[in-house]
Amino acid sequence: MSVAEKDHVKSTMTSEVAVQMVAVHKWYGEFHVLKDINLTVHRGERIVICGPSGSGKSTMIRCINRLEEHQKGQIIVEGTELTNDLKQIDAIRREVGMVFQHFNLFPHLTVLENCCLAPIWVRKMPRKDAEEIGMRYLTRVRIPEQAKKYPGQLSGGQQQRVAIARSLCMNPKVMLFDEPTSALDPEMIKEVLDVMIALAEEGMTMLCVTHEMGFAQKVANRVIFMDRGEIVEQNTPHEFFNNPQSDRTKLFLSQILRH
Amino acid sequence: MSTATASFQPKPSLPPPAATVGVVGWLRANLFSSWANAALTLLALYVLWKVIPPAIDWLITNAIWTGESTSDCKNPDETRKGGACWIYVQAWIPGYIYGLYPYDLRWRIDLAGVLSVLIMAPLFFKKMPYRATYGMIAIILVPIVAALLFNGWYDFAPSDPRASSHPWRTVETSKWGGMSLTLLIAWVGIGASLPIGIVLALGRRSKMPIVSALCVGFIELWRGVPLITVLFMSSVMLPLFLPEGVNFDKLMRALIGVTLFSAAYLAEVVRGGLQAIPRGQFEAASALGLNYPKSMALIVLPQALKIVIPGIVNSFIGLFKDTTLVAVIGMFDFLGAIQLGNADPKWLGYAVEGYVFAAILYFICCFSMSRYSLALERKLQTGHKR
Repeated sequence: MSVAEKDHVKSTMTSEVAVQMVAVHKWYGEFHVLKDINLTVHRGERIVICGPSGSGKSTMIRCINRLEEHQKGQIIVEGTELTNDLKQIDAIRREVGMVFQHFNLFPHLTVLENCCLAPIWVRKMPRKDAEEIGMRYLTRVRIPEQAKKYPGQLSGGQQQRVAIARSLCMNPKVMLFDEPTSALDPEMIKEVLDVMIALAEEGMTMLCVTHEMGFAQKVANRVIFMDRGEIVEQNTPHEFFNNPQSDRTKLFLSQILRH
Repeated sequence: MSTATASFQPKPSLPPPAATVGVVGWLRANLFSSWANAALTLLALYVLWKVIPPAIDWLITNAIWTGESTSDCKNPDETRKGGACWIYVQAWIPGYIYGLYPYDLRWRIDLAGVLSVLIMAPLFFKKMPYRATYGMIAIILVPIVAALLFNGWYDFAPSDPRASSHPWRTVETSKWGGMSLTLLIAWVGIGASLPIGIVLALGRRSKMPIVSALCVGFIELWRGVPLITVLFMSSVMLPLFLPEGVNFDKLMRALIGVTLFSAAYLAEVVRGGLQAIPRGQFEAASALGLNYPKSMALIVLPQALKIVIPGIVNSFIGLFKDTTLVAVIGMFDFLGAIQLGNADPKWLGYAVEGYVFAAILYFICCFSMSRYSLALERKLQTGHKR
């Protein structure tokens, strides 16, 4: 399986709603970083979000699991609305997995311990069961042999795959990817994307901030283009790349696809 | 190009040039790399030669190791012999350990020591189940057991004959002293100040303004006052503020003073460690659904404390040495006991030996703490550099 293959991963989108954002606004101090974001994500849908830096893409997906707080509007995740209620925030975080640009593995724990930590302490799972699940997902991201090592001993690509496995161990309903390949050496991007494609094939609901346009074309049901805190354009990958509507989108695409 | 692709053959690795390795290489690189460096090396050797042999002579070779009294340390013409008079230190060792504690009850301190070792012993087994939990309990248990044994059970009226003979009669804290008191104060101070310091550090970084202001105020207040003032206040002034009849023990007050003083310093050390943990660690923990206490206890603190082990041990060593300040409120800790010995009419004139012995013992204690911390750092090293 490779990114270059043209055939699109079979759509697993359903009509049920996984995440809904209604008229969401957010400010950093005086700076209006998200402006009137309306977005409905269906279960099994795969969305790729792109846009120039500072456009609010990361902030938007970080609002979904409340790593950032929105000040206006509604965000409903799997039927639960995000409010200041800490219990609800924790409940939503249990259902939403997140993969970060810089992996954010816990360096003082082994790879397997990284994976088991949340199942044990959040899901209250017995250690043995958690380790079994940890090994299952490490096998799925193809690094079971690294289980006893520490993150510092792995390559960037391996660390990111561990980070994906760590999220999957919580059996999330939605996965958020915040530029998962931007910090990787070019040689390692493919191994991470392959894992993400495999995840997509299994029907995971995914929101992915990335500049990997090959990945977008292959996997996404919908590509969203953001600029200055707004959703400028959203469309199927085919339409988005071949027939962009807005001049801002055209400019962006010409800049990233030129070389 | 029409030819087939060339296959890549890596060049073999060669050994480094001979002049850069081995003893000669090391000497050249480190001691004789230039004329100035060579001169400094020779000067240093000269100074060491002038200092170390006489010190060894005084401490060991010419020292008097056996004898009964000062006359064994003196020449026939009443002048001192050339070496250290260790028989004075030997004669006073019980005094150094027990201070002014009643002679017939010193076995209770011995018993406390033995029990402490027994309580701590299981921790040497790395595979012990619930080791961390047991360790925490042991650290609290040891000073309680020790204090109970030091103190005794039965408080007799002074007229009662048992008040001076019963094996379990109480001994007031002003009679405690020597190394046993130093260790007790240091143990309580170290054991209690670390958790308090961690709480203060977390509080200071809290987003709640009142909590954070209280912690900042507390830390700055205690850091801004010399320990000696704290001890004076606790022993002299505090009783004036307390209502009539309320009186708690002088040692207890000193312990609280030492502990809070050290906690304020530790709080700042721990805060330094917390600041070194990238935000992403906390975010990853939150994203996995860990709440604040869990992400602190499982993710942030283990990493932060590991980073600041040198600073924490630094504070502990400082605390250990600061215990000598309880002398100003009339308690005879180890150094106080040494001074008692120096004032002993039977051994007048040999204070140097007492102080040298004190210095050696303090050095051994502090140096072992320092070595232990290095070993701990190595053990906790997980090969990550971020």
